Amino acid sequence: MTAYLSWPDPKFEPHEALAPDGTLLEDDEIDIGTLEQIYKTMLCARRFDERLLKLQRQGALGTFAPIKGQEAAQIGAAACLREDDWLVPSFRETGAALWRGADMADLLVTLAGWNAGNDLPEGARTLPDTVPVASQLPIAAGIAHAGRLRGEDAIVMACFGDGATSEGDFHEALNFAGVLEAPVVFLCQNNGWAISTPRARQTASQTLAQKAHAYGIPAAQVDGNDALAVMQVTQEAVALARDKGQPAMIEALTYRMEVHTTADDPTRYRDEGEVEEWQDRDPIERVRKLLVARSQLDDAMQEALEEEIRDRIDAAWKEAKDRISRLEETPGTAMFDHIFAEPTAPLRRQRKEFSDQEEAAND
Amino acid sequence: MTDASDGLTMVDAINRALHEAMAEDDTTAVMGQDVGVNGGVFRVTEGLIDDYGVARVIDTPLAESGIVGLAIGMAMNGARPIAEMQFSGFSYYALAQIENHAARIRWRTRGAHTVPLVIRMPYGAGVRALEHHSESREVFYGHMPGLKTVIPATPARAHALLHAAIRDPDPVIFMEPKAVYRQMREPIADDAEPAQIGTSRVVRRGKDLTLVSYGAMLHRALEAAETLAAEDIDIEVIDIETIAPLDAETIAKSVGQTGRLLIVNEAPPSYGAAGEIAMRVIEQEFYALRVPIRRVCGWDVHVPFFAREQTYLPSVDRIRGAARAMMAD
Ligand SMILES: Cc1ncc(C[n+]2csc(CCOP(=O)(O)OP(=O)(O)O)c2C)c(N)n1
Ligand SMILES: [Mg+2]
Repeated sequence: MTAYLSWPDPKFEPHEALAPDGTLLEDDEIDIGTLEQIYKTMLCARRFDERLLKLQRQGALGTFAPIKGQEAAQIGAAACLREDDWLVPSFRETGAALWRGADMADLLVTLAGWNAGNDLPEGARTLPDTVPVASQLPIAAGIAHAGRLRGEDAIVMACFGDGATSEGDFHEALNFAGVLEAPVVFLCQNNGWAISTPRARQTASQTLAQKAHAYGIPAAQVDGNDALAVMQVTQEAVALARDKGQPAMIEALTYRMEVHTTADDPTRYRDEGEVEEWQDRDPIERVRKLLVARSQLDDAMQEALEEEIRDRIDAAWKEAKDRISRLEETPGTAMFDHIFAEPTAPLRRQRKEFSDQEEAAND
Repeated sequence: MTDASDGLTMVDAINRALHEAMAEDDTTAVMGQDVGVNGGVFRVTEGLIDDYGVARVIDTPLAESGIVGLAIGMAMNGARPIAEMQFSGFSYYALAQIENHAARIRWRTRGAHTVPLVIRMPYGAGVRALEHHSESREVFYGHMPGLKTVIPATPARAHALLHAAIRDPDPVIFMEPKAVYRQMREPIADDAEPAQIGTSRVVRRGKDLTLVSYGAMLHRALEAAETLAAEDIDIEVIDIETIAPLDAETIAKSVGQTGRLLIVNEAPPSYGAAGEIAMRVIEQEFYALRVPIRRVCGWDVHVPFFAREQTYLPSVDRIRGAARAMMAD
């Protein structure tokens, strides 16, 4: 029996555990240690996001998708994974990536426009961003199915937005995962918007979660700004996937507090009042209040934490800048790398033509 | 809106053509992601929803195959749809609808049904964008029977070609070089005529070498030609504008006079438009060729992330180098 995931009867009520003022809604036994870790990562992700925005505005980074407001949804969920589980992201999961140990300097190098930032360790199970909306989802089912074939009990968490549920690939992925019993947790961060398209114009269905039922997949809605509730629901979904080999879908109700990407101007299509309303539901503040009541967290600790985060981000940016200046010295032939295991004859010829021209130009 | 005296950008020019088409024919409709309230992510569809309403300016759900399928159906039932793919890199979700239906319905129904549809999409590198926002896959479309593929290089040509595409009785893929979107301005007369799809355009006269290009690379080709004039190399530049059906006659005629053909585009070279152009010229003017045909293209690789996208793109230097080498051959 499941406490949060509904199946087979559709019953979708967003699960909540932590009130906006930081009080527990039920007498849950909570794991303060994990919540502290989540809190630290959420805060770090928020500060990193703010820095990225600043650097982008200064021209040091390219277009990126801020995560502000979605920290609890993605970090609370990622926190339920084991290290050997897979995280298959879309393009708005910096927070989840940080929880999984992503290197901030790598992320910065990538955002500054260098492929080298994606130099992952072989077999890395936190994948880089997927830009084509929903295209990562059938792949997640494939990764999960192969894991089972190989006798592993690792599972896959696949992330996507509300807009992604309109793409065929979303439906195909859920259908395949349902039929193959592929252990995938489909994590939908419903942040209310797909660029300028509000959730209500994305689909006429009442919830996104109910779409999973059409494919025989248990699903739940959860308050995505409530890290504790997200964890509770995700733990159940992960257990279902790991122990029973069954997929599940979570619709985390959250809000995109920032621009869609740095190329976007939301004042053209949404009311600033809506953003203000969500300020009061800030996912980080909520956990902070709980921790102030239930743990050692106080002003002094908070300040120390902020300082530690600032130092880490400063150090990462310094390292990224060093790496970028070294990359600027590398030959342009790097673009011919990693196309195939062995460069083909035409590629070898083109690479030589390119480097001859590059040398001639440098003479 | 821009002051017409300093001319329009390509974004403004396409926007103007869309406004004109919507005003002219009330079966015309625009559909795509963020094309309504937001005016399109590049503002190409700005203002349309205010003037023509939500039934004709449709902010669609996020599904390219759905957008194109919807537009095909509308075209079959008397409307003039102009669909937008937010970036060409996301049009692949719609390839099946385009190949299986847009390009075939006239043929399948033996003319009983037709698909007068335009699919607009920004394409190409050079604007420091994310992965999947920089490719040039015009040959995907150029390769499909039953489909026309057009690429304007300047604001005025975009305006004239879009009008032609909208009037065309068959499906037209309209690829917009986003690197040119705001790079230049051109005046457009109030009574500007639609262009003709399927004709190449000589944009610079010259007698030594025929330089063929299109899209954003046309401007690099022109710059190379202008600067080589100082070295006494007199280059004729042709903008092909229509990828398919390709007007090879204009190119062959020019090569008949210059004896030299250099092709520049930013797509990967293998199985690309440059190969097709070269073959068509060989078929018609083989004996006029004084030196081997050359091409300066992208490379057979994925466009690197933006810090290195310029290393991928044909540079003016590479174009000049190829032209000089051909003159020395
Ligand atoms: C297939 C595809 N079409 C269009 C785009 C352009 N695009 C990028 S993000 C986005 C909206 C995504 O909305 P949602 O799934 O809700 O995710 P969010 O951005 O809100 O995180 C669009 C249309 C894309 N990246 N991929
Ligand atoms: Mg969204």
